Amino acid sequence: MIELDRAGRSFKVKRNVVHAVHDLSFTVAPGEFVGYLGPNGAGKSTTIKMLCGILTPTSGTVRVAGLDPSRKRTVVARRIGVVFGQRTTLWWDLPLKDSFELIRLLYKVDRKDFRVRLDELVETLDLSTFMKTPVRQLSLGQRMRGDLTAALLHAPEVLVLDEPTIGLDVVSKNSIRAFLQRVNAERGTTVLLTTHDLGDIERLCKRVMVIDHGRMQFDGTLDELMAGESSLEEVVTRLYTAGAQ
Amino acid sequence: MVRTYVLLAWTWTRAAAAYPVSFAIMTVLGFLVAGLDVAAILVIFSNTTTLAGFTRDQVLFLYGTSNVAFALCDMLVSNLDRISLHVKSGTFDTMLIRPVSTWIQTATDRFLITRIGRVLQALLVLGYAVTALDLPWSRLWMVPVMIGCGFVIFSALWTLAGALQFVLTDAPEVSSAFTYGSGQLTQYPFAIYGREVVRGVTYVLPLAFVNWQPGLYVLGLPDPFGTPEFMRFLGPVAALVLALLAGLAWRQGIRRYRSTGS
Repeated sequence: MIELDRAGRSFKVKRNVVHAVHDLSFTVAPGEFVGYLGPNGAGKSTTIKMLCGILTPTSGTVRVAGLDPSRKRTVVARRIGVVFGQRTTLWWDLPLKDSFELIRLLYKVDRKDFRVRLDELVETLDLSTFMKTPVRQLSLGQRMRGDLTAALLHAPEVLVLDEPTIGLDVVSKNSIRAFLQRVNAERGTTVLLTTHDLGDIERLCKRVMVIDHGRMQFDGTLDELMAGESSLEEVVTRLYTAGAQ
Repeated sequence: MVRTYVLLAWTWTRAAAAYPVSFAIMTVLGFLVAGLDVAAILVIFSNTTTLAGFTRDQVLFLYGTSNVAFALCDMLVSNLDRISLHVKSGTFDTMLIRPVSTWIQTATDRFLITRIGRVLQALLVLGYAVTALDLPWSRLWMVPVMIGCGFVIFSALWTLAGALQFVLTDAPEVSSAFTYGSGQLTQYPFAIYGREVVRGVTYVLPLAFVNWQPGLYVLGLPDPFGTPEFMRFLGPVAALVLALLAGLAWRQGIRRYRSTGS
């Protein structure tokens, strides 16, 4: 479903070339739930942005559902759902309901399918009380649930989440985690999740990838990563500090 | 494409209605400001009867044709110059994840229906000039053609200016000089400018094909700079070439987009 082959993205900063992502290769099979970890500035967001066609790779290839996102951006956009925890993709001044309707029209979702999906999402994410509120007036937790709904209305095959639980309280976090688990299990949606919250990883991901300095440091199951140790936090701390040296 | 445009424009119109006071002020101001340009022309002609050999009504005709095209562009495409804001703040990311052309999304970004005031004002002036000059029907067919070409030429300029923002993220003023400057320049007969300037805006930046060259044809006048007759009809060619260039530049700009750290 997702394939990276020696993908790289470099930026010119003044006269230096910075490799945000360097020779990165991995594959995610349909239906997998993968955690994508790495310290700040490791290249996680850059990877995600290459997956949705926001950034064009400077080397190697990126494929999502068999397509090159930078060349077939609008086709890939219909098959991928993206959530940025730090930034809403909704329309700031529009009520949530109108944002969703606009998404239906932009993604050309069939009216009946849309109705069914929206009703289901409104119920499971408990959106009914603020459907008529403009996005700018929503609390972070409400907005996040709105963003998740928006990313799923077109029934994407792949869901990419960039820190979806950032800044959320325990209750909101748990409801979002339970929801993601359901989406993955029931719809078979492939999920790639970036987070700094190790609780997200422990609860949701069978497979974990860790990158640092734009290179893959670990790619395997959560059990392999733990290697018999009890604290994920310690394991991850060791990996991150090893990369820094 | 048109459907998506209308959809997004309508969305922004509803969003703007969320701030009713600013909506009302913008409408009134739009009407007032639009009248100032014509006032300037009328002031000139209260002191003289011709401007570089053109009568008041002929000048108003040239003003009208250029301004209908420009005002349409101002309403429908000018939001492209807001792209520097989106590039700087990284909100352009959001546009890139939608299955819709980024050009349409940027052009409709904060679409303001209130700008229609300028279009109406320009149409009014043009209507007056056409009636007053009593132009023959056999040449009037050129008027919609020149407005169409003018619209494409101005849109292409805005697109080029927008594409430039991907490289010069901090200089939206440079772009405005091109776009609004071109709008201003074509309001008057090119005969008032120097030969070198006119050459520049004919062969380099093809502004002469917005209203000057085809306008001379409609008015039945020879070119004071002596260009051959066939140049009056090159508007569509100039518009097409510029539009293609602009499209390419936009594509390149997007490939160069760097997003922001998050």
